[in-house]
Amino acid sequence: MPKVKMPRKSTLVDMTAMCDVAFLLLTFFMLATKFKPDEPVTVVTPSSINTKLLPDSDVIMLTVDAGGKIFFSMDGQPKRQQLINDLDQQYKLGLTEKEKNNFVVGSSVGTDIKSLKTYLDMKPEERKKAGLEKGIPVDSANNEVAVWIEYARSAQGGNPKLQYCIKADNGTPYPVIKDILDTFKEKKIQKLNLVTNLEAAPAGSAAALARAEGKSDHE
Amino acid sequence: MAEMDTSSSGGKGKHQGTKSKKQSTRVDMTPMVDLGFLLITFFMLTTTMSKPKTMDLIMPKDTENEKDQNKVKESTALTILLGKKDRVYYYEGLAQDPNASANPDFFKATTFANTGGIRDVIIKKRDEVSQLRNSKGEPEDVVVIIKADDDATYKDFVDILDEMAINRIQRYATVDISDQDKTWIKQTEAANGGGSK
Repeated sequence: MPKVKMPRKSTLVDMTAMCDVAFLLLTFFMLATKFKPDEPVTVVTPSSINTKLLPDSDVIMLTVDAGGKIFFSMDGQPKRQQLINDLDQQYKLGLTEKEKNNFVVGSSVGTDIKSLKTYLDMKPEERKKAGLEKGIPVDSANNEVAVWIEYARSAQGGNPKLQYCIKADNGTPYPVIKDILDTFKEKKIQKLNLVTNLEAAPAGSAAALARAEGKSDHE
Repeated sequence: MAEMDTSSSGGKGKHQGTKSKKQSTRVDMTPMVDLGFLLITFFMLTTTMSKPKTMDLIMPKDTENEKDQNKVKESTALTILLGKKDRVYYYEGLAQDPNASANPDFFKATTFANTGGIRDVIIKKRDEVSQLRNSKGEPEDVVVIIKADDDATYKDFVDILDEMAINRIQRYATVDISDQDKTWIKQTEAANGGGSK
């Protein structure tokens, strides 16, 4: 009997299936990822028991940092284009196309309208150094927050889904918030959204009991 | 790296003239998978699944504000003041009755603590008021008046609005603080030695 040579099995594994899985997951995460635009300030929002989600689009957002500086941002590049064109015309800022484009693709702005041209001319990291991130003035003599809201509204053009959000830091002094609220009040905007983090309703409280029963929350 | 796998197409011994060997078309997929998973981990780490939540805040119209305040009865009102260092002060009613407000126990201080803080005060008042009956014989609703002092922070403001949601208070209003209220806060702070802290 001659020895039967057992053919040695190759240790190579077919990687095709593995590859499929990898790329399936990859495409999913690629589509699900949204890069946050660089915000000029970091804001730590307070927590609340509200579960309503912050919408991604049709939002006019006022960000307030702990020092009470106000920054304005809005989604939608065509609308931002419209907004900056209007401001440019009205206030005779003489913005170049490049500066306007900086506004359109940029994130929040926080400076007075006077310095807007200089502000938009710089790169975001230069603005901080130049001390231009002063925030938008909201005092009664020169309430530019009102101007921004007004122009943003007209740029949105009566969008029914438009929401006004205030995202302020834990340490923001209340008078600044009060000024913003009063500004909205003057503009006859009654429905606002305050951005918060989620925390659980305390056990045994009325809200927790209501949720357990599955009733909807009255706002 | 990506070598052609030629193991299965070795010389089979049959020399068929000048026919070239057929090469296998199998490619080593391992680096491809490596790359795939590298990218996956990157996107997994940069994806944020949790989104911020929002709290609705309905502002009263200016004109209605005056009327609304006048409609509030002393007996159903609870006034909450927000002071510095996350302190909370409260009194029952609207401080329009000088006799009641002269009482030294009228103006009280508390905190945002989960127990023994402002929440218990709100619940107690809510339950007391629900015992009362209005002219139609229906249970009354408590009305909470929120006044924030200049030293209060946004956190206090959101916390107190959150308390309204937690205790399901239907009627509340944020009102500008009066000088009288400020004086009371100062006095209380001085009495507790909190003014200098």
